Amino acid sequence: MATVMFRDVRKAFGQVEVLHGVSVDIEEGQFVVLVGPSGCGKSTLLRMLAGLEHITAGEIVIGDRVVNTLPPKDRDIAMVFQNYALYPHITVAENMGFSLMLKGAAKTDIEAKVRPAAEILGLTHLLDRYPRQLSGGQRQRVAMGRAIVRNPQVFLFDEPLSNLDAKLRVSMRSEIKNLHQRLKTTTVYVTHDQIEAMTMADKIVVMHDGIVEQVGEPLELYDRPANLFVAGFIGSPAMNMTPGRLNDDDPGVFVTGQGQRISVANVGAAKPGRDLICGIRPEAIHLRGDVALRVKVVEPTGSETHVVADLDGNEMTCVFRERIKAGPGDELKVSIDPEAIHLFDAEGGQRLSA
Amino acid sequence: MQARPARSSSILGWLLESRNGLGLLFMLPAAVFLLCFLTYPLGLGVWLGFTDARIGREGIFIGLENYIWLFDDPVFWLSVFNTMLYTVVASVLKFALGLWLALILNQHLPFKTFFRAIILLPWVVPTVLSALAFWWIYDSQFSIISYVLMNLGVINEPINFLGDPTNARASVIAANVWRGIPFVAISLLAGLQTIPQSLNEAAALDGATSWQRFTKITLPLLTPIIAVVMTFSVLFTFTDFQLIYVLTRGGPVNATHLMATLSFQRAIPGGQLGEGAAIAVAMIPFLLAAILFSFFGLQRRKWQQGGGD
Repeated sequence: MATVMFRDVRKAFGQVEVLHGVSVDIEEGQFVVLVGPSGCGKSTLLRMLAGLEHITAGEIVIGDRVVNTLPPKDRDIAMVFQNYALYPHITVAENMGFSLMLKGAAKTDIEAKVRPAAEILGLTHLLDRYPRQLSGGQRQRVAMGRAIVRNPQVFLFDEPLSNLDAKLRVSMRSEIKNLHQRLKTTTVYVTHDQIEAMTMADKIVVMHDGIVEQVGEPLELYDRPANLFVAGFIGSPAMNMTPGRLNDDDPGVFVTGQGQRISVANVGAAKPGRDLICGIRPEAIHLRGDVALRVKVVEPTGSETHVVADLDGNEMTCVFRERIKAGPGDELKVSIDPEAIHLFDAEGGQRLSA
Repeated sequence: MQARPARSSSILGWLLESRNGLGLLFMLPAAVFLLCFLTYPLGLGVWLGFTDARIGREGIFIGLENYIWLFDDPVFWLSVFNTMLYTVVASVLKFALGLWLALILNQHLPFKTFFRAIILLPWVVPTVLSALAFWWIYDSQFSIISYVLMNLGVINEPINFLGDPTNARASVIAANVWRGIPFVAISLLAGLQTIPQSLNEAAALDGATSWQRFTKITLPLLTPIIAVVMTFSVLFTFTDFQLIYVLTRGGPVNATHLMATLSFQRAIPGGQLGEGAAIAVAMIPFLLAAILFSFFGLQRRKWQQGGGD
């Protein structure tokens, strides 16, 4: 177990800089998820931590060592790749024991380390198979087993679940989380899926275009997104964004471009006269109230009902716990929780609500 | 149930309507082609080997006489030895150098595509043309190699490349290797590119040195391709004719006569069609052995079996 520190890390491919100074501290035993849309530099950052990409500027520290120039094999890390990267020509057991075999460990020692790891992951009956003979989820587990056998300082995961089908993804998600709670090894996990990030992380690092947008615990990011990007990225269905201004006479009221009035409890640094974006989470909209919505689409999911509706020309997604009987074109009266409204600067996208 | 049309009772109807009949019909052009240009010459060659045919004279069946004659012919055995030597040495060199080249070309090099195109040149140039070029390079008086070495003061007189048996063997092997490397290198390069980069990265993280990555990851994953490429390479080399014929015509004192050139020599300039055919037929067991070797070498290994994705 070790801490990991990124200090103003930069990466350039030729003239193009893709990481513009990333600084993140990861504590011992933490499960940190790097999340962001494709091309945001999260995988590059992970590969730099692994030693597979050169570090253009800045420092990466694992434990108390600066690892910038250390080759991958000396960094004491293990990585699970998106395509699993299992060696196809050797068995599951040999895959898992590969690193030990390279070190010249005795057969019995390798066996003694591979077996418990296989037991943790439920792979014991598959040890003699070849990777080709396994299903996607099993391969995923073998890849994790290979990492566990190494007993490294840090686990790295590079989008490990994106090749699995939706159902398996959910179960592997909790399996990885379980594994982490059991081994308590510092883990850095890259994904583009914000739900994975929310459900698994102790700490989320939201990245976008080569910079860190926000670092924090999952619910902290959800409840207090630092800017419009994080607000739109975290949460599903996504936050509704409505442009408008605060009322000049009554700063507790947000007026949309079309004149719809919405009460706001947490105004923070927002001032009347500035162009603002009002962010409303879909579940902050409740049935019954004085705001009139025009229903466009109703999506019942069973436990909830998602309604896409029109609020003066702005599309609003609402999530109701109740089952409602409404069809396209119907009018729906709702209220919006004033406490749950986020105000952002329309220009820079920064959060203004406290 | 629909009534069967009347014509289905005729053979033509059967051909056009049944699955097997149609299949037969579609195979016919290829079958005719193979029969005319592959099976017939091969059969004729085998038949000629059992006759005493000469140019301009139909032969009569003489059984194994040609083979018995060849069995006591030291020149024939010399050509067998030469062919084996030529094939083994040239194939090993082609494999080693080709793999090395492929590994280099698989790296991130400047002008990578340019180099890859250049590599193919010896393969693209007609054999006779490159053989002529080598003929000049190996010339006993005007050889550029001798010229350079003499000017550098390494040697005092020109090297007798094609006049001395040992030199001649080495020279034709070198020319063959030069010509055969592109095929091996480009095919192995294609094989190398099918190995996912992440396997090498995973191995690097697992603590493998670059040599271990080569022996434990790259080489095992490349074996299926190596088996195909080297089978073809061995077959091409074993049956080589043009290069030898242009460079040495089998000389000096038959030191570079391969079975293919000896067969031609005896059959056409020598006029002994039957004997030449017998030599050619004697190549078949060797070629069959190479094909069988590849057949077993090419069998899917255990790790390649089982369900795909």
